[in-house]
Amino acid sequence: MPLELVCPAGSLMALKAAIDNGADAVYMGFRDNTNARAFPGLNFDDAQAAEGLRYAHDRGRKVLLALNTYPQSDTWQRWTGAVDRAAKLGMDAVILADAGLMRYAVKHYPALRLHLSVQGSATSYEAVNFYREHFGVQRAVLPRVLSLPQVENVVKNTPVEIELFGFGGLCVMVEGRCLLSSYCTGESPNSAGVCSPAKSVQWKETSTGLESRLNGVLLDRYGKDEKAGYPTLCKGRFEVSGETYYALEEPTSLNTLDLLPEMLKMGIAAIKIEGRQRSPAYVTQVTRVWRAAIDAVKKNAESFVPAPGWMAELNKLSEGQSHTLGAYHRPWK
Amino acid sequence: MLNLAVPPPVATLVSRLPVAPPSLAFTVAANRLLWPALQTLDWQPLVGRRYAIRVKDLGLGVRFTVTPRGFSPTQGAPELTISATARDFLLLLGRREDPDTLFFSRRLVSEGDTELGLIVKNMLDALDPECVLARLPAPMASVARRLLASA
Repeated sequence: MPLELVCPAGSLMALKAAIDNGADAVYMGFRDNTNARAFPGLNFDDAQAAEGLRYAHDRGRKVLLALNTYPQSDTWQRWTGAVDRAAKLGMDAVILADAGLMRYAVKHYPALRLHLSVQGSATSYEAVNFYREHFGVQRAVLPRVLSLPQVENVVKNTPVEIELFGFGGLCVMVEGRCLLSSYCTGESPNSAGVCSPAKSVQWKETSTGLESRLNGVLLDRYGKDEKAGYPTLCKGRFEVSGETYYALEEPTSLNTLDLLPEMLKMGIAAIKIEGRQRSPAYVTQVTRVWRAAIDAVKKNAESFVPAPGWMAELNKLSEGQSHTLGAYHRPWK
Repeated sequence: MLNLAVPPPVATLVSRLPVAPPSLAFTVAANRLLWPALQTLDWQPLVGRRYAIRVKDLGLGVRFTVTPRGFSPTQGAPELTISATARDFLLLLGRREDPDTLFFSRRLVSEGDTELGLIVKNMLDALDPECVLARLPAPMASVARRLLASA
């Protein structure tokens, strides 16, 4: 079935909110750095994961496990252990980035469905097909760097299901290859599971505005009425040649409601909503809007126009000043 | 002639009252009403740390710490301060607004230890509000529901 709605779950309450509001699948992580939202107090232990699976399966929905960081040689067993736990719990799929881990999963659990994480950074059908041929990967989440015609080219040339990001915070878009914050914190997002470890983040109200710092490095200073963003290095404002601006990227949120008819037409298997770090209230609001939108586009793609109320609701939840279609819609290639 | 002097026993009693009545009232109420539903949570990372909640529009502030037996008022400098208006606190408690949304729009201010703030946020997110409401005395639960719905 095309355009499956895949929603984030950082807790059991968020998982239930996603299911109750119409998610076809939720994705979650374990309580360690085997996933890219390794924040303190977030995510699932085995008992919570089992309860989440029960809740979803009772209602005919799926649960996917994000195992999307890169294992380090000295802690390799933590990642293979997570694959073992996922198989034992009965996860509907694991979302992997590391080829070694895929090899382990295929060898030990041939029936376990594998998805290629966005962190795997496969941007061509050749790369996607490589993962299929070698590990039997059944779905790939494409990095947010491709334009829609480029996505279509991938879809046309692979039997692998394609999942696209539909909504949420954008990152610097070198997914799986970004080391930026490690220069400040000593921890790389792809192995430690976070861009900005909370212990390294400082927020401070000053006479000139709200300051965010990462290990003492000033990331941004927000004026009184300016919207704040996540304290990541890529979204900071820096002084370059005497001018202070977003030198790497502006904090904006991706919102692709406008593109749903095209996505449906080209056979996109699933739409992913970003935000496992967000609260159940966010999951409820976003899931509700996207459920309505996907149902509407499936009913009549020709006449589909996003309802202004949907856009307003999503804009309210966004990080940064505005939303964008990201790279999906760009004149340059 | 009236004797305006405070009788010694009363003066002694007053001197023993805490200097921060709102914090005392808050912790007494929270221990009585909320702790029964909250005590099963994993408080270990939060015990002994100092918190402040400021309700900006009411000019109300409370300072407390967490012990293995419940909340306790404290005077020390807070390690984590959370500020918002009464309405925004109600929207958060009623799960009708997301804390990150309020934070981006500068309606929710978190100062101090970011990691501690995140642990608190994630713990509250994982909590089922219905479980807390179910443990309240019936009239209190009904008031709480109405309050949360009215924000």
